[in-house]
Amino acid sequence: MSDDVMTEIQRDHLFNLILKGEREDGRAFDEFREISIETDVIGTADGSARVKLGTTELLVGVKIQPGEPFPDTPDKGVLITNTELVPLASPDYEAGPPREGAIEIARVVDRGIRESKSLDLEKLCITAGEKVWIIFIDIHVLNNDGNILDAASMGSIAALLTAKLPRAQYDMGDDIPLPVRDIPVAVTVIEFGGALLLDPSLAEGVIASTSLITITNNDGSISGMQKSGSESLTVEQVMQAVDMAKNAAAGIREKFLEV
Amino acid sequence: MSEKPEHFIVDGKRLDGRRVDELRPIKIEIGTLGRADGSCYLEWGNNKVLAAVYGPRELHPRHRQKMTRSVVQFRYNMASFSVDERTRPGPSRRSIEISKVSREAFEPVIFTKFFPRTAIDVFVEILQAGAGTRTAGINAASLALADAGIPMRGLVSACAVGKVDGEIVLDLMKEEDNYGEADLPVAMTAGRQITLLQMDGHLTTEEFYRALELAKTGCDQIYELQRQALIEKYSKEYTTEIEEEGPAPAGEPEGDADE
Repeated sequence: MSDDVMTEIQRDHLFNLILKGEREDGRAFDEFREISIETDVIGTADGSARVKLGTTELLVGVKIQPGEPFPDTPDKGVLITNTELVPLASPDYEAGPPREGAIEIARVVDRGIRESKSLDLEKLCITAGEKVWIIFIDIHVLNNDGNILDAASMGSIAALLTAKLPRAQYDMGDDIPLPVRDIPVAVTVIEFGGALLLDPSLAEGVIASTSLITITNNDGSISGMQKSGSESLTVEQVMQAVDMAKNAAAGIREKFLEV
Repeated sequence: MSEKPEHFIVDGKRLDGRRVDELRPIKIEIGTLGRADGSCYLEWGNNKVLAAVYGPRELHPRHRQKMTRSVVQFRYNMASFSVDERTRPGPSRRSIEISKVSREAFEPVIFTKFFPRTAIDVFVEILQAGAGTRTAGINAASLALADAGIPMRGLVSACAVGKVDGEIVLDLMKEEDNYGEADLPVAMTAGRQITLLQMDGHLTTEEFYRALELAKTGCDQIYELQRQALIEKYSKEYTTEIEEEGPAPAGEPEGDADE
Protein backbone atom coordinates (compact mmCIF):
# COMPACT_ATOMS: atom_id res chain seq x y z
CA MET A 1 0.00 0.00 0.00
CA SER A 2 2.73 2.47 0.96
CA ASP A 3 4.41 1.60 -2.31
CA ASP A 4 1.24 2.51 -4.13
CA VAL A 5 1.12 5.88 -2.35
CA MET A 6 4.77 6.61 -3.09
CA THR A 7 4.18 5.71 -6.69
CA GLU A 8 1.25 8.11 -6.90
CA ILE A 9 3.30 10.97 -5.46
CA GLN A 10 6.23 10.24 -7.73
CA ARG A 11 3.93 9.90 -10.70
CA ASP A 12 2.53 13.38 -10.09
CA HIS A 13 6.02 14.78 -9.71
CA LEU A 14 7.32 13.23 -12.93
CA PHE A 15 4.14 14.14 -14.75
CA ASN A 16 4.49 17.80 -13.76
CA LEU A 17 8.07 17.78 -14.98
CA ILE A 18 7.04 16.26 -18.32
CA LEU A 19 4.48 19.03 -18.78
CA LYS A 20 7.34 21.51 -18.48
CA GLY A 21 9.36 19.46 -20.96
CA GLU A 22 11.75 18.25 -18.27
CA ARG A 23 12.96 15.00 -16.76
CA GLU A 24 14.07 14.27 -13.22
CA ASP A 25 17.74 14.00 -14.16
CA GLY A 26 17.72 16.96 -16.56
CA ARG A 27 17.92 14.92 -19.75
CA ALA A 28 16.08 15.75 -22.96
CA PHE A 29 13.23 13.37 -23.88
CA ASP A 30 15.35 11.72 -26.58
CA GLU A 31 18.60 11.67 -24.63
CA PHE A 32 20.29 8.54 -23.33
CA ARG A 33 22.23 8.43 -20.11
CA GLU A 34 25.96 7.99 -20.54
CA ILE A 35 26.73 4.71 -22.27
CA SER A 36 29.88 2.72 -21.73
CA ILE A 37 30.58 -0.65 -23.31
CA GLU A 38 33.66 -2.60 -22.43
CA THR A 39 34.33 -5.90 -24.17
CA ASP A 40 36.41 -9.00 -23.36
CA VAL A 41 35.98 -8.58 -19.65
CA ILE A 42 35.50 -12.25 -18.73
CA GLY A 43 38.35 -14.60 -19.58
CA THR A 44 36.32 -17.78 -19.21
CA ALA A 45 33.65 -16.63 -21.68
CA ASP A 46 34.08 -16.86 -25.47
CA GLY A 47 32.82 -13.30 -25.76
CA SER A 48 31.73 -10.80 -23.18
CA ALA A 49 30.69 -7.22 -22.59
CA ARG A 50 30.05 -5.02 -19.61
CA VAL A 51 27.50 -2.30 -20.28
CA LYS A 52 26.85 0.76 -18.18
CA LEU A 53 23.85 2.87 -18.97
CA GLY A 54 24.08 5.62 -16.43
CA THR A 55 24.04 3.60 -13.22
CA THR A 56 22.38 0.57 -14.78
CA GLU A 57 24.98 -2.10 -15.18
CA LEU A 58 25.05 -5.58 -16.63
CA LEU A 59 27.35 -8.22 -18.01
CA VAL A 60 26.75 -10.33 -21.06
CA GLY A 61 28.69 -13.53 -21.49
CA VAL A 62 28.70 -15.62 -24.64
CA LYS A 63 29.60 -19.28 -24.35
CA ILE A 64 29.93 -21.45 -27.42
CA GLN A 65 30.04 -25.22 -27.47
CA PRO A 66 29.26 -28.04 -29.90
CA GLY A 67 25.98 -29.85 -29.42
CA GLU A 68 23.02 -31.42 -31.14
CA PRO A 69 20.89 -29.33 -33.52
CA PHE A 70 17.13 -29.05 -33.17
CA PRO A 71 15.43 -31.80 -35.21
CA ASP A 72 13.58 -29.28 -37.40
CA THR A 73 16.76 -27.32 -38.25
CA PRO A 74 19.43 -30.04 -38.56
CA ASP A 75 21.84 -27.83 -40.51
CA LYS A 76 21.71 -24.71 -38.36
CA GLY A 77 23.50 -23.60 -35.26
CA VAL A 78 21.47 -22.92 -32.15
CA LEU A 79 21.05 -19.59 -30.36
CA ILE A 80 19.90 -19.58 -26.76
CA THR A 81 19.40 -16.33 -24.86
CA ASN A 82 18.79 -16.12 -21.15
CA THR A 83 18.43 -13.30 -18.65
CA GLU A 84 19.28 -13.57 -14.98
CA LEU A 85 17.74 -10.94 -12.75
CA VAL A 86 19.81 -11.87 -9.73
CA PRO A 87 18.84 -10.53 -6.28
CA LEU A 88 22.16 -8.67 -6.12
CA ALA A 89 20.90 -6.26 -8.78
CA SER A 90 17.80 -4.87 -7.10
CA PRO A 91 15.86 -5.08 -3.83
CA ASP A 92 12.88 -6.10 -5.97
CA TYR A 93 14.51 -9.23 -7.37
CA GLU A 94 14.24 -12.61 -5.75
CA ALA A 95 16.14 -15.80 -6.36
CA GLY A 96 14.38 -18.53 -8.29
CA PRO A 97 13.42 -19.47 -11.80
CA PRO A 98 13.06 -16.59 -14.28
CA ARG A 99 9.73 -14.76 -14.15
CA GLU A 100 7.90 -13.28 -17.10
CA GLY A 101 9.88 -10.02 -17.01
CA ALA A 102 13.22 -11.78 -17.36
CA ILE A 103 11.83 -14.13 -19.99
CA GLU A 104 10.49 -11.21 -22.00
CA ILE A 105 13.84 -9.39 -21.98
CA ALA A 106 15.68 -12.51 -23.11
CA ARG A 107 13.15 -13.30 -25.82
CA VAL A 108 13.06 -9.78 -27.23
CA VAL A 109 16.86 -9.54 -27.35
CA ASP A 110 16.97 -13.00 -28.92
CA ARG A 111 14.35 -11.99 -31.50
CA GLY A 112 16.43 -9.01 -32.64
CA ILE A 113 19.56 -11.07 -33.16
CA ARG A 114 17.75 -14.01 -34.71
CA GLU A 115 15.44 -12.11 -37.04
CA SER A 116 18.08 -9.66 -38.25
CA LYS A 117 19.99 -12.79 -39.34
CA SER A 118 22.95 -11.11 -37.71
CA LEU A 119 24.36 -14.53 -36.90
CA ASP A 120 24.64 -16.80 -39.91
CA LEU A 121 23.33 -19.92 -38.19
CA GLU A 122 23.95 -22.02 -41.31
CA LYS A 123 27.66 -21.32 -40.99
CA LEU A 124 27.52 -22.70 -37.46
CA CYS A 125 26.73 -26.21 -38.63
CA ILE A 126 29.54 -28.72 -38.04
CA THR A 127 27.94 -32.00 -39.22
CA ALA A 128 24.35 -31.69 -40.44
CA GLY A 129 21.91 -33.48 -38.16
CA GLU A 130 24.59 -34.36 -35.64
CA LYS A 131 26.72 -31.53 -34.44
CA VAL A 132 26.36 -27.76 -34.59
CA TRP A 133 27.68 -24.81 -32.61
CA ILE A 134 25.40 -23.75 -29.80
CA ILE A 135 25.67 -20.08 -28.88
CA PHE A 136 24.56 -19.19 -25.37
CA ILE A 137 23.99 -15.52 -24.62
CA ASP A 138 23.65 -14.99 -20.89
CA ILE A 139 22.57 -11.57 -19.69
CA HIS A 140 23.54 -11.05 -16.08
CA VAL A 141 22.11 -7.90 -14.56
CA LEU A 142 24.29 -6.34 -11.87
CA ASN A 143 22.48 -3.11 -11.05
CA ASN A 144 18.97 -2.36 -12.21
CA ASP A 145 18.54 1.37 -12.44
CA GLY A 146 16.14 1.25 -15.37
CA ASN A 147 16.11 0.24 -19.04
CA ILE A 148 17.78 -3.13 -18.71
CA LEU A 149 16.46 -4.19 -22.08
CA ASP A 150 18.40 -1.64 -24.12
CA ALA A 151 21.55 -2.34 -22.12
CA ALA A 152 21.04 -6.08 -22.63
CA SER A 153 20.64 -5.61 -26.36
CA MET A 154 23.81 -3.50 -26.66
CA GLY A 155 25.73 -5.91 -24.46
CA SER A 156 24.60 -8.97 -26.38
CA ILE A 157 25.64 -7.70 -29.78
CA ALA A 158 28.89 -6.26 -28.38
CA ALA A 159 29.72 -9.63 -26.82
CA LEU A 160 28.91 -11.45 -30.06
CA LEU A 161 31.11 -9.05 -32.04
CA THR A 162 34.10 -10.00 -29.91
CA ALA A 163 33.25 -13.69 -29.52
CA LYS A 164 35.45 -16.39 -30.99
CA LEU A 165 34.44 -19.87 -32.06
CA PRO A 166 36.52 -22.05 -29.72
CA ARG A 167 37.53 -24.51 -32.40
CA ALA A 168 40.97 -25.27 -30.98
CA GLN A 169 39.46 -26.58 -27.78
CA TYR A 170 37.56 -29.23 -29.77
CA ASP A 171 40.37 -30.05 -32.27
CA MET A 172 38.60 -28.34 -35.14
CA GLY A 173 41.31 -25.90 -36.17
CA ASP A 174 42.06 -22.38 -35.07
CA ASP A 175 39.68 -20.16 -33.20
CA ILE A 176 37.91 -17.76 -35.55
CA PRO A 177 35.67 -14.76 -34.91
CA LEU A 178 31.96 -15.46 -34.84
CA PRO A 179 30.40 -14.44 -38.18
CA VAL A 180 28.30 -11.38 -37.30
CA ARG A 181 26.63 -9.73 -40.30
CA ASP A 182 24.40 -7.08 -38.80
CA ILE A 183 24.19 -4.98 -35.65
CA PRO A 184 20.60 -5.01 -34.39
CA VAL A 185 19.99 -2.51 -31.59
CA ALA A 186 16.88 -2.50 -29.41
CA VAL A 187 15.62 0.85 -28.20
CA THR A 188 12.82 1.24 -25.67
CA VAL A 189 10.48 4.21 -25.94
CA ILE A 190 8.18 4.81 -23.00
CA GLU A 191 4.90 6.65 -23.17
CA PHE A 192 4.13 8.86 -20.21
CA GLY A 193 1.65 11.68 -19.98
CA GLY A 194 1.39 11.79 -23.77
CA ALA A 195 5.15 12.28 -24.14
CA LEU A 196 7.56 9.72 -25.55
CA LEU A 197 10.88 9.28 -23.76
CA LEU A 198 14.04 7.30 -24.45
CA ASP A 199 16.14 5.38 -21.96
CA PRO A 200 13.75 5.41 -18.98
CA SER A 201 15.28 5.71 -15.53
CA LEU A 202 14.07 3.24 -12.93
CA ALA A 203 11.33 5.57 -11.69
CA GLU A 204 10.23 6.49 -15.21
CA GLY A 205 10.11 2.85 -16.22
CA VAL A 206 8.02 1.85 -13.20
CA ILE A 207 5.60 4.72 -13.55
CA ALA A 208 5.19 4.90 -17.30
CA SER A 209 4.05 1.26 -17.42
CA THR A 210 3.92 1.16 -21.22
CA SER A 211 6.75 0.99 -23.69
CA LEU A 212 7.40 0.12 -27.28
CA ILE A 213 10.64 -1.66 -28.05
CA THR A 214 11.88 -1.45 -31.64
CA ILE A 215 14.92 -3.32 -32.89
CA THR A 216 16.50 -1.83 -35.98
CA ASN A 217 19.33 -3.05 -38.19
CA ASN A 218 22.25 -1.38 -39.97
CA ASP A 219 20.07 -0.40 -42.95
CA GLY A 220 17.33 1.05 -40.75
CA SER A 221 14.96 -1.87 -41.29
CA ILE A 222 13.10 -3.37 -38.36
CA SER A 223 13.75 -6.91 -37.15
CA GLY A 224 11.65 -6.98 -34.01
CA MET A 225 9.12 -5.05 -31.97
CA GLN A 226 7.30 -5.48 -28.71
CA LYS A 227 4.73 -3.38 -26.94
CA SER A 228 5.13 -4.02 -23.26
CA GLY A 229 3.00 -2.72 -20.43
CA SER A 230 -0.54 -2.22 -19.35
CA GLU A 231 -1.65 0.82 -21.33
CA SER A 232 -2.44 1.24 -24.99
CA LEU A 233 -0.70 3.30 -27.67
CA THR A 234 -2.14 5.23 -30.57
CA VAL A 235 -1.03 4.58 -34.13
CA GLU A 236 0.67 8.00 -34.19
CA GLN A 237 2.58 7.21 -31.00
CA VAL A 238 3.74 3.91 -32.47
CA MET A 239 5.00 5.59 -35.62
CA GLN A 240 6.78 8.32 -33.69
CA ALA A 241 8.32 5.77 -31.32
CA VAL A 242 9.64 3.73 -34.24
CA ASP A 243 11.34 6.84 -35.66
CA MET A 244 12.86 7.76 -32.31
CA ALA A 245 14.14 4.22 -31.80
CA LYS A 246 15.60 4.05 -35.28
CA ASN A 247 17.53 7.31 -34.87
CA ALA A 248 18.78 6.43 -31.42
CA ALA A 249 19.88 2.97 -32.57
CA ALA A 250 21.86 4.48 -35.45
CA GLY A 251 23.67 6.78 -33.00
CA ILE A 252 24.46 3.97 -30.57
CA ARG A 253 25.66 1.70 -33.35
CA GLU A 254 27.94 4.33 -34.83
CA LYS A 255 29.44 5.37 -31.53
CA PHE A 256 29.80 2.12 -29.66
CA LEU A 257 29.28 -0.92 -31.79
CA GLU A 258 30.93 -0.42 -35.18
CA VAL A 259 33.88 -2.74 -35.51
CA MET B 1 6.91 -29.60 -41.21
CA SER B 2 5.86 -28.97 -44.80
CA GLU B 3 8.40 -27.81 -47.36
CA LYS B 4 8.82 -24.16 -48.19
CA PRO B 5 6.60 -23.37 -51.17
CA GLU B 6 8.29 -21.76 -54.16
CA HIS B 7 5.74 -18.97 -54.36
CA PHE B 8 3.27 -17.77 -51.77
CA ILE B 9 1.27 -15.60 -54.15
CA VAL B 10 0.32 -16.63 -57.69
CA ASP B 11 -1.90 -14.38 -59.81
CA GLY B 12 -2.85 -12.38 -56.73
CA LYS B 13 -4.04 -15.53 -54.94
CA ARG B 14 -2.40 -17.06 -51.87
CA LEU B 15 -1.82 -20.77 -51.23
CA ASP B 16 -5.32 -21.19 -49.81
CA GLY B 17 -6.90 -19.04 -52.51
CA ARG B 18 -7.24 -15.87 -50.43
CA ARG B 19 -6.46 -12.35 -51.60
CA VAL B 20 -3.62 -10.55 -49.80
CA ASP B 21 -6.09 -8.58 -47.68
CA GLU B 22 -8.49 -11.41 -46.87
CA LEU B 23 -8.98 -13.15 -43.53
CA ARG B 24 -9.34 -16.89 -43.07
CA PRO B 25 -12.88 -17.99 -42.19
CA ILE B 26 -13.85 -17.38 -38.56
CA LYS B 27 -16.49 -19.20 -36.53
CA ILE B 28 -17.50 -17.94 -33.10
CA GLU B 29 -19.61 -19.50 -30.34
CA ILE B 30 -20.18 -17.59 -27.13
CA GLY B 31 -21.02 -19.17 -23.77
CA THR B 32 -19.97 -22.72 -24.57
CA LEU B 33 -18.73 -23.65 -21.09
CA GLY B 34 -21.14 -24.08 -18.20
CA ARG B 35 -18.90 -23.52 -15.19
CA ALA B 36 -17.08 -20.42 -16.40
CA ASP B 37 -18.53 -16.94 -15.87
CA GLY B 38 -17.90 -16.26 -19.52
CA SER B 39 -16.57 -18.34 -22.38
CA CYS B 40 -16.03 -18.44 -26.10
CA TYR B 41 -15.05 -21.07 -28.63
CA LEU B 42 -13.42 -19.74 -31.76
CA GLU B 43 -12.24 -21.33 -34.96
CA TRP B 44 -10.06 -19.36 -37.30
CA GLY B 45 -8.62 -21.15 -40.30
CA ASN B 46 -7.12 -24.26 -38.73
CA ASN B 47 -7.01 -22.76 -35.24
CA LYS B 48 -9.40 -24.05 -32.60
CA VAL B 49 -9.26 -22.14 -29.35
CA LEU B 50 -11.32 -21.93 -26.22
CA ALA B 51 -11.36 -19.02 -23.79
CA ALA B 52 -12.92 -18.89 -20.33
CA VAL B 53 -13.21 -16.07 -17.83
CA TYR B 54 -13.68 -16.46 -14.08
CA GLY B 55 -14.27 -13.49 -11.85
CA PRO B 56 -14.05 -10.93 -10.54
CA ARG B 57 -13.26 -13.32 -7.69
CA GLU B 58 -11.08 -13.33 -4.63
CA LEU B 59 -7.37 -13.33 -5.42
CA HIS B 60 -5.04 -15.72 -3.66
CA PRO B 61 -2.45 -15.46 -2.27
CA ARG B 62 -3.76 -12.39 -0.48
CA HIS B 63 -0.54 -10.39 -0.71
CA ARG B 64 -1.04 -10.21 -4.45
CA GLN B 65 -4.30 -8.35 -4.05
CA LYS B 66 -4.35 -4.70 -5.09
CA MET B 67 -6.22 -2.26 -2.87
CA THR B 68 -7.23 -0.02 -5.75
CA ARG B 69 -7.99 -2.41 -8.57
CA SER B 70 -8.58 -5.91 -9.80
CA VAL B 71 -5.64 -7.98 -10.99
CA VAL B 72 -6.01 -9.37 -14.48
CA GLN B 73 -4.44 -12.78 -14.95
CA PHE B 74 -4.09 -14.37 -18.35
CA ARG B 75 -2.96 -17.89 -19.05
CA TYR B 76 -2.28 -18.93 -22.63
CA ASN B 77 -1.82 -22.65 -22.79
CA MET B 78 -1.28 -25.04 -25.67
CA ALA B 79 -2.70 -28.53 -25.51
CA SER B 80 0.14 -30.98 -26.02
CA PHE B 81 -1.66 -32.41 -29.07
CA SER B 82 -2.35 -29.02 -30.66
CA VAL B 83 0.76 -29.06 -32.86
CA ASP B 84 2.35 -31.60 -35.20
CA GLU B 85 5.10 -32.60 -32.79
CA ARG B 86 3.71 -33.09 -29.27
CA THR B 87 4.65 -30.23 -26.94
CA ARG B 88 5.44 -30.81 -23.30
CA PRO B 89 2.45 -29.85 -21.18
CA GLY B 90 2.79 -26.83 -18.91
CA PRO B 91 4.19 -23.35 -19.38
CA SER B 92 7.07 -22.74 -21.77
CA ARG B 93 9.09 -19.54 -22.18
CA ARG B 94 7.04 -18.82 -25.27
CA SER B 95 3.70 -19.30 -23.53
CA ILE B 96 4.80 -17.20 -20.56
CA GLU B 97 5.67 -14.32 -22.89
CA ILE B 98 2.41 -14.68 -24.84
CA SER B 99 0.44 -14.75 -21.58
CA LYS B 100 2.14 -11.53 -20.51
CA VAL B 101 1.54 -9.55 -23.70
CA SER B 102 -2.01 -10.91 -23.99
CA ARG B 103 -2.79 -9.80 -20.44
CA GLU B 104 -1.39 -6.39 -21.33
CA ALA B 105 -3.68 -6.35 -24.36
CA PHE B 106 -6.67 -6.37 -22.00
CA GLU B 107 -5.47 -4.31 -19.04
CA PRO B 108 -6.05 -1.02 -20.90
CA VAL B 109 -9.71 -1.84 -21.62
CA ILE B 110 -10.93 -3.55 -18.44
CA PHE B 111 -12.32 -1.27 -15.73
CA THR B 112 -10.16 -2.89 -13.07
CA LYS B 113 -10.79 -0.08 -10.58
CA PHE B 114 -14.40 -1.30 -10.15
CA PHE B 115 -13.24 -4.47 -8.42
CA PRO B 116 -10.49 -3.82 -5.87
CA ARG B 117 -8.79 -6.83 -4.30
CA THR B 118 -10.15 -9.27 -6.85
CA ALA B 119 -8.76 -11.26 -9.71
CA ILE B 120 -10.15 -11.49 -13.20
CA ASP B 121 -8.84 -14.75 -14.64
CA VAL B 122 -8.70 -15.35 -18.35
CA PHE B 123 -7.77 -18.82 -19.55
CA VAL B 124 -7.06 -19.57 -23.17
CA GLU B 125 -6.54 -23.12 -24.34
CA ILE B 126 -5.18 -23.73 -27.81
CA LEU B 127 -6.76 -27.01 -28.89
CA GLN B 128 -5.50 -26.96 -32.46
CA ALA B 129 -2.82 -24.59 -33.65
CA GLY B 130 -2.65 -23.32 -37.21
CA ALA B 131 -0.74 -20.01 -37.17
CA GLY B 132 -1.91 -16.97 -35.27
CA THR B 133 -2.90 -18.67 -32.02
CA ARG B 134 -2.19 -15.65 -29.84
CA THR B 135 -4.47 -13.41 -31.89
CA ALA B 136 -7.15 -16.13 -31.99
CA GLY B 137 -6.84 -16.45 -28.21
CA ILE B 138 -7.21 -12.70 -27.74
CA ASN B 139 -10.30 -12.53 -29.94
CA ALA B 140 -11.90 -15.39 -28.03
CA ALA B 141 -10.86 -13.93 -24.66
CA SER B 142 -12.37 -10.58 -25.59
CA LEU B 143 -15.75 -12.23 -26.12
CA ALA B 144 -15.43 -14.42 -23.03
CA LEU B 145 -14.82 -11.25 -20.98
CA ALA B 146 -17.90 -9.65 -22.50
CA ASP B 147 -19.87 -12.85 -21.87
CA ALA B 148 -18.77 -12.76 -18.23
CA GLY B 149 -20.13 -9.23 -17.96
CA ILE B 150 -16.76 -7.68 -17.17
CA PRO B 151 -17.06 -3.93 -17.78
CA MET B 152 -14.75 -2.89 -20.58
CA ARG B 153 -14.06 0.25 -22.58
CA GLY B 154 -14.51 -1.83 -25.69
CA LEU B 155 -13.77 -5.13 -27.34
CA VAL B 156 -10.22 -5.99 -28.28
CA SER B 157 -9.74 -7.37 -31.77
CA ALA B 158 -6.52 -8.93 -32.96
CA CYS B 159 -4.97 -10.18 -36.17
CA ALA B 160 -1.54 -10.68 -37.63
CA VAL B 161 -0.06 -9.10 -40.71
CA GLY B 162 3.01 -10.45 -42.42
CA LYS B 163 5.20 -10.33 -45.46
CA VAL B 164 5.53 -13.08 -48.04
CA ASP B 165 7.04 -12.84 -51.54
CA GLY B 166 7.84 -9.23 -50.66
CA GLU B 167 4.14 -8.39 -50.24
CA ILE B 168 2.32 -7.32 -47.11
CA VAL B 169 -0.50 -9.80 -46.42
CA LEU B 170 -3.26 -10.09 -43.85
CA ASP B 171 -3.72 -13.05 -41.48
CA LEU B 172 -0.85 -15.44 -42.05
CA MET B 173 -1.57 -19.12 -42.57
CA LYS B 174 0.86 -21.77 -41.42
CA GLU B 175 3.22 -21.85 -44.41
CA GLU B 176 3.33 -18.07 -44.53
CA ASP B 177 4.07 -17.95 -40.82
CA ASN B 178 6.83 -20.56 -41.02
CA TYR B 179 8.60 -19.32 -44.12
CA GLY B 180 7.44 -15.72 -44.48
CA GLU B 181 9.67 -12.69 -44.09
CA ALA B 182 7.84 -11.03 -41.21
CA ASP B 183 5.06 -11.57 -38.69
CA LEU B 184 3.32 -8.69 -36.92
CA PRO B 185 0.53 -9.57 -34.48
CA VAL B 186 -1.55 -6.55 -33.50
CA ALA B 187 -4.48 -6.07 -31.12
CA MET B 188 -6.53 -2.91 -30.94
CA THR B 189 -9.85 -1.50 -29.87
CA ALA B 190 -12.43 -0.15 -32.29
CA GLY B 191 -11.16 3.28 -31.16
CA ARG B 192 -7.72 2.44 -32.62
CA GLN B 193 -5.93 2.11 -29.32
CA ILE B 194 -3.18 -0.42 -29.90
CA THR B 195 -3.01 -2.82 -26.97
CA LEU B 196 -0.69 -5.46 -28.38
CA LEU B 197 2.06 -5.11 -30.92
CA GLN B 198 4.85 -7.53 -31.62
CA MET B 199 6.99 -8.05 -34.66
CA ASP B 200 9.65 -10.38 -35.86
CA GLY B 201 11.25 -10.72 -39.24
CA HIS B 202 12.36 -8.00 -41.58
CA LEU B 203 10.42 -4.90 -42.56
CA THR B 204 11.45 -1.45 -43.70
CA THR B 205 9.76 1.34 -41.78
CA GLU B 206 7.65 2.09 -44.84
CA GLU B 207 6.53 -1.55 -44.97
CA PHE B 208 5.80 -1.43 -41.25
CA TYR B 209 3.47 1.53 -41.68
CA ARG B 210 1.65 -0.25 -44.50
CA ALA B 211 1.43 -3.40 -42.39
CA LEU B 212 -0.10 -1.44 -39.53
CA GLU B 213 -2.69 0.02 -41.93
CA LEU B 214 -3.60 -3.47 -43.14
CA ALA B 215 -3.83 -4.68 -39.54
CA LYS B 216 -6.40 -1.95 -38.90
CA THR B 217 -8.64 -3.23 -41.69
CA GLY B 218 -8.25 -6.79 -40.39
CA CYS B 219 -9.12 -5.79 -36.83
CA ASP B 220 -12.14 -3.84 -38.12
CA GLN B 221 -13.48 -6.96 -39.82
CA ILE B 222 -12.88 -9.06 -36.73
CA TYR B 223 -14.53 -6.47 -34.51
CA GLU B 224 -17.63 -6.67 -36.70
CA LEU B 225 -17.71 -10.48 -36.41
CA GLN B 226 -17.29 -10.26 -32.63
CA ARG B 227 -20.09 -7.71 -32.38
CA GLN B 228 -22.39 -9.85 -34.51
CA ALA B 229 -21.66 -12.92 -32.38
CA LEU B 230 -22.56 -11.02 -29.21
CA ILE B 231 -25.73 -9.60 -30.72
CA GLU B 232 -26.75 -13.02 -31.97
CA LYS B 233 -26.27 -14.64 -28.59
CA TYR B 234 -27.81 -11.95 -26.45
CA SER B 235 -30.64 -10.84 -28.69
CA LYS B 236 -31.91 -14.42 -28.55
CA GLU B 237 -31.44 -14.91 -24.84
CA TYR B 238 -32.16 -11.42 -23.67
CA THR B 239 -35.90 -11.66 -23.26
CA THR B 240 -36.05 -15.18 -21.82
CA GLU B 241 -33.05 -15.27 -19.56
CA ILE B 242 -32.61 -11.78 -18.26
CA GLU B 243 -34.67 -12.45 -15.12
CA GLU B 244 -32.67 -15.50 -14.12
CA GLU B 245 -29.28 -14.11 -15.05
CA GLY B 246 -29.50 -10.67 -13.52
CA PRO B 247 -26.29 -8.67 -13.28
CA ALA B 248 -22.96 -10.48 -13.37
CA PRO B 249 -22.15 -12.08 -10.00
CA ALA B 250 -19.83 -9.91 -7.93
CA GLY B 251 -17.46 -12.79 -7.37
CA GLU B 252 -17.68 -16.44 -6.56
CA PRO B 253 -16.35 -16.92 -3.06
CA GLU B 254 -13.63 -19.43 -3.51
CA GLY B 255 -11.62 -21.16 -0.83
CA ASP B 256 -12.71 -18.56 1.69
CA ALA B 257 -12.68 -20.89 4.69
CA ASP B 258 -10.07 -18.62 6.28
CA GLU B 259 -12.49 -15.74 6.59
